[in-house]
Amino acid sequence: MTERTSRTLDADAPLSSARKPDPAAAGLDIADDDAELVGRTVTINRPRQELYDFWRDFRHLPTFMENIEDVIILDDNRSHWIVQGPAGSELEWDSIVTEDVPGEVIAWRSAEGATVENSGRVEFRDSPNGRGTIVSVTIAYKPPGGKLGKAFAKVFRREPTIQARQELRRFKQLMETGELPTAAMLPQDMP
Amino acid sequence: MRALTWQGKQNVRVDTVPDPQIVNPRDAIIRVTSTAICGSDLHLYDHYIPGMKDGDILGHEFMGEVVEVGPEVKKLKVGDKVVVPFTICCGQCYYCKNDLWSACDNTNPNAALLEGINGHNAAG
Repeated sequence: MTERTSRTLDADAPLSSARKPDPAAAGLDIADDDAELVGRTVTINRPRQELYDFWRDFRHLPTFMENIEDVIILDDNRSHWIVQGPAGSELEWDSIVTEDVPGEVIAWRSAEGATVENSGRVEFRDSPNGRGTIVSVTIAYKPPGGKLGKAFAKVFRREPTIQARQELRRFKQLMETGELPTAAMLPQDMP
Repeated sequence: MRALTWQGKQNVRVDTVPDPQIVNPRDAIIRVTSTAICGSDLHLYDHYIPGMKDGDILGHEFMGEVVEVGPEVKKLKVGDKVVVPFTICCGQCYYCKNDLWSACDNTNPNAALLEGINGHNAAG
């Protein structure tokens, strides 16, 4: 009982501060207590449905997620992701939508056999003060073992919350303004 | 065009640089007639502001004449005389929509840096 209570309390804490984040409690489909878990939230001054629609077409993910090179849609619920790995390598896996409530939630997980087992969830809620939509993203992933795993950890674990924050920021910039800000002077140097 | 460029700590030079182009449909190109030297220009000159790169163009408080506008520009036309504020604002975020331009959420390309220093992002 005690253990259960403690687990519940931990799960209730924001992901960024929970002592032992629980992927299942965060609504993620990944069967590993040791999975790395990252969660961030941002408020975007656009309607919920519009944000959901953009995200739900996973082909858009590479426009704001720096590590994702390409996403190929296989069917309504299945897509193939190509992601930058350590040292210029590429990792690929199929991703399956596990929950889909239009305008509210999208959750996904990697299909069996992925090098990096992972699961993600994005929730869209109306901001109570009319500031648009509160977008919360949680990602869990299980770094592979061995040499590749060590290299992977070096690249992705360095500052995963900063990376997640940055990606959500890019999503916000793209949705609010239609572009990403840049200090580049020439169009060819712009993101 | 000609522009005053930063070339490292306390080293500036007037150079020929690429002409500006309309990249975003809401862009406008201004022919600068005069530019103020801001207190923060001195910080840039003395290299107190991280992120400066050789060749960066100085002069962010200027006035001039509109010479070209993008297809979605509604309030400006070629020939208008304008004064440009130092903040760069997206016009679309909550703060910009409420005339709180200096708190713009979107225009700072180094947002993470400012967030780390100040606890919150500010306009570019």
